[in-house]
Amino acid sequence: MSTDPLLELLRSKARHTHQELAEMLALSEAEVRARIAAWENDGTILGYHAVVNAELAGDVDVQAFIEVKVTPERGGGFDRLAMRIARFDQVVSCYLASGGYDLMVVVQGADLREVARFVSERLSTLDGVLSTATHFLLKTYKENGFLFEGETGVQRLAVSP
Amino acid sequence: MDYSSIIAKHIASIPRSGIRDFFELVQGRDDVISLGVGEPDFATPWHIREAAIYSLEKGQTSYTSNLGLLSLRKSIAKYVSQFFHVDYVAEKEVLVTVGVSEAIDLALRALLNPGDEVIYHEPCYVSYSPSIVMAYGKPVTVVTKKEDGFSLKPEAVAAAITPRTRMVMLNFPTNPTGACATREDLEGIAKLCIEHNLIVMTDEIYSELRYDGEEHLSIAALPGMRERTILLHGFSKAFAMTGFRLGYACAPQPIIEAMMKIHQYAMLCAPIMSQNAAIEALENGTPSMEKMRDSYHQRRDYVVKRLNDMGIECHTPGGAFYVFPDISKFGLTSKEFAMKLLEQESVAAVPGNAFGECGEGFLRCCYATGFDDLKLAMDKIENFISKL
Repeated sequence: MSTDPLLELLRSKARHTHQELAEMLALSEAEVRARIAAWENDGTILGYHAVVNAELAGDVDVQAFIEVKVTPERGGGFDRLAMRIARFDQVVSCYLASGGYDLMVVVQGADLREVARFVSERLSTLDGVLSTATHFLLKTYKENGFLFEGETGVQRLAVSP
Repeated sequence: MDYSSIIAKHIASIPRSGIRDFFELVQGRDDVISLGVGEPDFATPWHIREAAIYSLEKGQTSYTSNLGLLSLRKSIAKYVSQFFHVDYVAEKEVLVTVGVSEAIDLALRALLNPGDEVIYHEPCYVSYSPSIVMAYGKPVTVVTKKEDGFSLKPEAVAAAITPRTRMVMLNFPTNPTGACATREDLEGIAKLCIEHNLIVMTDEIYSELRYDGEEHLSIAALPGMRERTILLHGFSKAFAMTGFRLGYACAPQPIIEAMMKIHQYAMLCAPIMSQNAAIEALENGTPSMEKMRDSYHQRRDYVVKRLNDMGIECHTPGGAFYVFPDISKFGLTSKEFAMKLLEQESVAAVPGNAFGECGEGFLRCCYATGFDDLKLAMDKIENFISKL
């Protein structure tokens, strides 16, 4: 949650036009444009993408969540190894987490074999990686705030007092 | 059989609601973008719905105390104290009702003797005048004006007071105008009520939905007013819980006791699952409420600007989720304007005179509608007036 209402609006729907954003926040269009440009420049906003229901889109790719235990390095902690893993194209997301493992790596591949190969050949062989546990994704219920099976929605009367 | 002779005279005298006429026109059409609703476009926040489901799973399906669950009344007293800065005793000064609508009916029936006058301000919610009539009271209208941002001026109230006046009804922010009351106006009205020994019934249903960082002030919080005020509030608007049908009244014990007499025989109690959901709303619902409020705020700014830009004069309402633009310059009555807009552009908005005669020349547009639809509706209204 950000305290900036402009950033909040973009987070929920990046496709608002500058004009709409300006009207909703009582700012000028130029101001909206300038602030967004500044965020894009300083890396606050990294990019924009559609949240897609892969099943409806007919995607055949598979995704896996991989728990990775690693040996932290003196001086750098987990960062160097985590960034090394994150740079692979197959890695969709990579997080450092507390608990039973260190890194949660989300990997995407054309099929099970491709993901398995990436884990066995690229991930586990890295110096510092102690162990991995791979969990294949079976079904998505919610992603980035969007429910995949929508509710029926509010059925309001068209006119009410 | 001649049914006209068997309907009670005071009920037969109540005219058909203007909203109902309009509703029947819209009904059955699925191509309509509706700005005609009086409720949030959000479903009840999930954590509140989940609390209702949980209570059902646990088998909590019985009657409750006539006054409502004590735990809910305690939550209400705490919330009212924090939000309105007025303290009530949960055990005897809070009554849980089936929406504010029931609470209005109870308060009027409990306090009015036949012929007692009740002052209320128009344009206003459609039930006020009929509810007064149904309680054998006499509605006395005070007109609020566009020039004053539809606020209620103490001078106008003073001019309406007679020896038969018993009560003043307030609703700020107001449905349908979104008008809010200033401290100065409320103090003036409070002074009159004390001078003339009047009871105030204040319908606070939109009080959380204040914009521009303004803090809401209830007349109940002014010095000397707690003892003569019935504060009515509910969950429908702030927590998007219209279908739960839950409200409450806070007032000195003798008044609550009198209202409870009617409630216990007419209603027994409010539904327990709604009461359980309401506890969750009051204890943990403020973040969800604030998120919805911020969203209404953005949409209000958008709609007000669009209407004014296209040449429809629209004041900026300080609260609720309605705008009440002035369409009189187009030479059509409110009803004609709304009907033509519906026929030609499939946009539904309620004619202003449905909220009192002085609403003639205005239109109520509810902006609690998805942003894309709102935008489309504004484009369609712009197209519509360009052909007038």
